[in-house]
Amino acid sequence: MIDRDSPVTSDELHAYVDGMLPSDRRPAVEAWLATHPDDAAHVAQWRAQAEAIRAHYGMVAEEPTPERFNLDRLTAGGRRWRAIAAAAVAAALIGCVVGWLAHGASANAPSAFEQFTAEALNAHKLYVTEVRHPIEVQAGEAHLLPWLSGRVGTTLRAPDLQSYSLKLLGGRLLPGLNGPAALFMYETPAGERYTFYCARSNTARTALRYNAAGDAAAVLWVESDIGYVVSGPAERNRLLDIAQTAYQQMEARVPTRATENLPNARRGS
Amino acid sequence: MRPDNVFVLVTRAGHNTLTTTRVERLVGGFRQGVEASVPALRRYARALTRDAELADDLVQDTLVRALRSEHLFHGGDIRSWLYTILTNLNRNRLRALARRPTMMAIDENDAPDMAGPEAGGRDIERALGALVEDQRTALLLVVLEGLTYREVAEVQGVPIGTVMSRLSRARMQIKDYLDGKRPALRRVK
Repeated sequence: MIDRDSPVTSDELHAYVDGMLPSDRRPAVEAWLATHPDDAAHVAQWRAQAEAIRAHYGMVAEEPTPERFNLDRLTAGGRRWRAIAAAAVAAALIGCVVGWLAHGASANAPSAFEQFTAEALNAHKLYVTEVRHPIEVQAGEAHLLPWLSGRVGTTLRAPDLQSYSLKLLGGRLLPGLNGPAALFMYETPAGERYTFYCARSNTARTALRYNAAGDAAAVLWVESDIGYVVSGPAERNRLLDIAQTAYQQMEARVPTRATENLPNARRGS
Repeated sequence: MRPDNVFVLVTRAGHNTLTTTRVERLVGGFRQGVEASVPALRRYARALTRDAELADDLVQDTLVRALRSEHLFHGGDIRSWLYTILTNLNRNRLRALARRPTMMAIDENDAPDMAGPEAGGRDIERALGALVEDQRTALLLVVLEGLTYREVAEVQGVPIGTVMSRLSRARMQIKDYLDGKRPALRRVK
């Protein structure tokens, strides 16, 4: 017997969506939904959400299982396996980039972004307040980019941020986690300063990440082993816009070999 | 026999009625059971963290922990047990992160090459990202991993009523987020 007026609880609506409703309550819930359009709308939305979640993540379980999850390997090496892998990566990279990975190899993956961003933010905070010497080399000097490119080990470009009234003041060289880092400084006519930090990263690629720390904030991304951080006043939307612009300009760059800059780098330094 | 079947059988039998033969099959199938759960764990971790690399680190830590604690597994559904380990490891990770400045992935949608069928997926990804961790965990265990409310309550170590309210809040928040009431600000207690 179906009691059409028996009150249906919110828990039962969830259970109905999740297929966990006892079958004897099904008719009552369905009758309820037929006469309560608000609840029916909720049920439809919850179903759509569940569908979207399954559609977006479901295929992860269909991917072939990566070798790192081989249980024999995990038992044999345990955490050591990770250290070995990190060491192997480090050894390979040291072959190409001697000495630049002193700290990088041991940095553990979850905190690498935070460390990287913290380095950039520290540099930002240190130098934006500098009145007389915010930069080492002026924007107008021809050797600025070749010099920093040579030291960081990739062809760097300072993004054009004129559309935000940001004028490039110049740049400086800094010690970074994985080797030399370049810091470019920009300024608005009102004296507001933003910095653009570039250095080698242990991670090949990431999406953009926003990080606020007090009154300064940073947006980080990694592309082709180079990490970029745009730092500025903690005004989220503006900073994101600026970072997007810088990101697009970096994306659009024509790949050139960093070594082409080396002769200039020597001249510059 | 597929390792899954062993555990379904054991789960239905319940903890108290395990016969010797079932226990033996369970022990023999422990590794197989863990191995067979890897794809589901990766899916769950990916949705929890929304970061492929972080997710796989979490799965690896879960597997190492599980293999080391085999003696602590007293039967029951091995998947639920693994979900519990992963959920706790993720909670520890977030606690550790909370001591540092917070980081969150931001929209990739503005980039021109990000349009297309994936755009809807990004919406749900960001909506999930705006949830409180316990709500996200409850919702994902139910809709993505198909756990019962009771199993979720065990994984999270809370009464079923708490699971229901987490689920309900998660669904309402996602709706608000998708309706455009963003950013869905987290309420700080």
